[in-house]
Amino acid sequence: MKNIENVSRRGFLKGVASAGAFVLAVRYVPPVFAGEPVPVGQTEADRAPLHPNVFVGIETDGTVHIVAHRSEMGTAIRTTLPLVLADEMDADWDRVKIDQAIGDKRYGDQNTDGSHSIRSFFDTMRECGASARWMLVQAAAQQWNVPASECSTEPHAVVHAKSGRKLGYGELATAAAKLDVPKKDQLTFKKPAEWRYIGKGKTSYDLEKLCTGKAIYGMDAKMEGMIYASIEHPPVYGGIVRSYDEQDALKVWGVRQTLLVDPFKPPAAFQPLGGVAVLADNSWSAFQGRKKLKITWDNGANAGYDSAEYKKALLETARKPAKVVRSVGDANAALAAASGPSLVEAEYYVPLLAHAPMEPMVALAEFKDGKATIWAPTQNPQAVQAIVSSELGIPKESVICNVTLLGGGFGRKSKPDYVAEAAVLSKKVGRPVKVVWTREDDVKFDYYNAVAGMYFRATVDAKGKPTAWLQRSVFPPITSIFDVNAVYGDPPHLAQGWTDMPYDLPNISIENGPAKAHVRIGWLRSVANIYHGFGVQCFTDELAQRAHRDPCEYLLDLIGPGRTIDFKNVEYPNYGASLETYPWETGRLRHVTELVAEKSGWANKKSVKGHGFGIAAHRSFLTYVATVVEVEVNDQGEIRIPRVDFAVDAGLVANPEITRAQFEGAAVFGTSIVRTGEITAKNGVIQQSNFHDYPVARINEAPQQTNVYIVESFAPPAGVGEPGVPPFVAAFCNAIYAATGKRVRSLPLSSSGLFG
Amino acid sequence: MIKVSVNGIEQTFDGDPSMPLLWYLRDILGLTGTKFGCGMALCGACTVHKDGTAIRSCITPMSAAAGSKIRTIEDVGANGLHPVQSAWMEVNVPQCGYCQSGQIMQAIALLKSKPHPTDQDIEEGMAGNICRCGTYQRIRAAIKLAAEKSA
Repeated sequence: MKNIENVSRRGFLKGVASAGAFVLAVRYVPPVFAGEPVPVGQTEADRAPLHPNVFVGIETDGTVHIVAHRSEMGTAIRTTLPLVLADEMDADWDRVKIDQAIGDKRYGDQNTDGSHSIRSFFDTMRECGASARWMLVQAAAQQWNVPASECSTEPHAVVHAKSGRKLGYGELATAAAKLDVPKKDQLTFKKPAEWRYIGKGKTSYDLEKLCTGKAIYGMDAKMEGMIYASIEHPPVYGGIVRSYDEQDALKVWGVRQTLLVDPFKPPAAFQPLGGVAVLADNSWSAFQGRKKLKITWDNGANAGYDSAEYKKALLETARKPAKVVRSVGDANAALAAASGPSLVEAEYYVPLLAHAPMEPMVALAEFKDGKATIWAPTQNPQAVQAIVSSELGIPKESVICNVTLLGGGFGRKSKPDYVAEAAVLSKKVGRPVKVVWTREDDVKFDYYNAVAGMYFRATVDAKGKPTAWLQRSVFPPITSIFDVNAVYGDPPHLAQGWTDMPYDLPNISIENGPAKAHVRIGWLRSVANIYHGFGVQCFTDELAQRAHRDPCEYLLDLIGPGRTIDFKNVEYPNYGASLETYPWETGRLRHVTELVAEKSGWANKKSVKGHGFGIAAHRSFLTYVATVVEVEVNDQGEIRIPRVDFAVDAGLVANPEITRAQFEGAAVFGTSIVRTGEITAKNGVIQQSNFHDYPVARINEAPQQTNVYIVESFAPPAGVGEPGVPPFVAAFCNAIYAATGKRVRSLPLSSSGLFG
Repeated sequence: MIKVSVNGIEQTFDGDPSMPLLWYLRDILGLTGTKFGCGMALCGACTVHKDGTAIRSCITPMSAAAGSKIRTIEDVGANGLHPVQSAWMEVNVPQCGYCQSGQIMQAIALLKSKPHPTDQDIEEGMAGNICRCGTYQRIRAAIKLAAEKSA
């Protein structure tokens, strides 16, 4: 594997040695003093005799408790962050127990979203581990009456090599607990060569439970005396219940009562949608009772929403001049002057997409004595605290949010409307309530990934290379759930593969037009990068094919020489990271493109009818990814994906095996988007409901072999959960073109009319 | 009164006989290893064995389960890991894991009828089980590994 340290390390080794080089916020956490009363929900780590900080506790028997404050939805973050801490304290992983944190601001940010858990907490975990190790070493040195500098550690013990003495961490816990927690400048850190776990990784802490049915998800949470609830939501976003008749519902076996759930007050944010709840002795009876409700709805302002009409309007808007978000040279002047065959234009479209995690929304809540206790599969327990607090009129601190395992999340479970529903109902009935969504509820009442229309226009020179490039996107923004008047893309989402279109061209205009939302819009794995990456990388392939040039060579030509993109006078939030620590380096995008070409054998693989190869490259969540997809298309238009190759530069990778799995999964997620991912609406009502009309990729449709090549790097760590999806989507469509000559400009394939 | 054997224990049920087996297992017996994913036999998360055959418990009414022997994931690993579970761990299949009980129950049934499945056998046998995390490549590898080991 090639090493590209020369372009990527950027002073990071200094950072590794001193830590804190890429800390985004000060998160050095306070000690929890012995003798303090232990409130409900406190962790084993807090209760252990030695607990230098909120993330770790050491028992006298040597058991090390490490707190996972991020949510586990399949990325193994509940394993990998504690693993970083364990490495730095030199703990033996086999003696580590993981505690799942409740929602609590003392842990810092807990929103497990945006592929930033490692990036934001790598240093914190190392500091917490180093702090524990420092105290254990000091305690041993005092006991032996030798200088601490003569002591070192091996897994789970402090050793004094000179005298051959050794004490286990458990034996030292009580003495170490009497010492002051060190200040940050007293800490020393392992050198990368000394890491035992970081960069090598471990499988999931929960692996056996996941394979034996013992893992507890939100769907499996129980509480004494709980009742089940299922809610009939307004079929149109913003609709309300005018009246309803519960008589027949109450006759259903197991049904206890019905309750009105108040509609939200705009903006919707994370409030319950409202509707009628049926409460029953079990989930199924609640579902059955719902079918017997007779409800008269007032469908409200979105009753006219028709997604087919909306698509037309969106693409029309995309053809009109719009807000310029970044500009180089004067693209519009160059384009105005061009005509004839040197002028190329194209429209691209991606519909609304639903998350459809395998576990539908579900939450258990008990409101009692002014306090709410929650068990929920949530990506964001602090957002649960906030919404439950405002819905129930109690302080945030009175909301104890326990986080279960998540049966998938993909961004949906960052939005706790379903948790608020359980809390509101529990307060009304005075007992624990478990709200269970059906798959139909999940598909129909999602926070959908935005529908997007894009327009591209370029003039090309004799070699087919653009002299001017215009790209204009139109999509209802996520901010519309917080501000009903929001119609333009907000800078953080425009920054997802749009503002930062990386090509080295003399004239570029990057624009964004307005679009009003008629459903809840929310982030889905890779978010705006899905449509932006698709549009930019497929239009690039169009230009390459038009010029009869090799798509890989052409892509590299457009990326240009390695350079750092200048965002002076441009609003480019860079995923919340500083451009100094995480600059946009086109050399790294080049490198992964070259690497994936090499590993996939691109140069020797010529596309023929029915068998094609496609390539794409995209940076998202600070990670550079290039993808080659191989497809076979038979005479019936059936598509198979024999092979996918990913080259990934995510900076320092803490857990490579888990990272590979994330990219394998991204290829499958992208397959679903391209093949069948589409949510539509008529009269404001979502037309899909379950996996028959919102299909996701199955084993026979998914890529058969996905290879992942991780660039060895000591650059600051970036994200790995999301960045695989965007380049896969584009490379897949480019491969389809290579095999069939059919250009996919409107997703999904199932609605494109291109294949039967 | 419906009688059914679940994981070797005789049970009786006197509720609505149209209640799907899934919800009886989960909400009444408390066997939550079997998962709810769709309620329409579209995703396979609810797969259990009825008299040795893989079925979708979400569309199997209690009336149809009457008199049968039901086996769930809880029983599969009760006396040490099943070879399929060991293979699942060795290949590191699960991501979120929610669908994996159903995948494993389906794979066990597949291997019973086809001890040495081809790629096509695996695709046909497993196409009813959705994994939204996209662990299919590892599911395929784990099934092959389990087949090899029991050869």
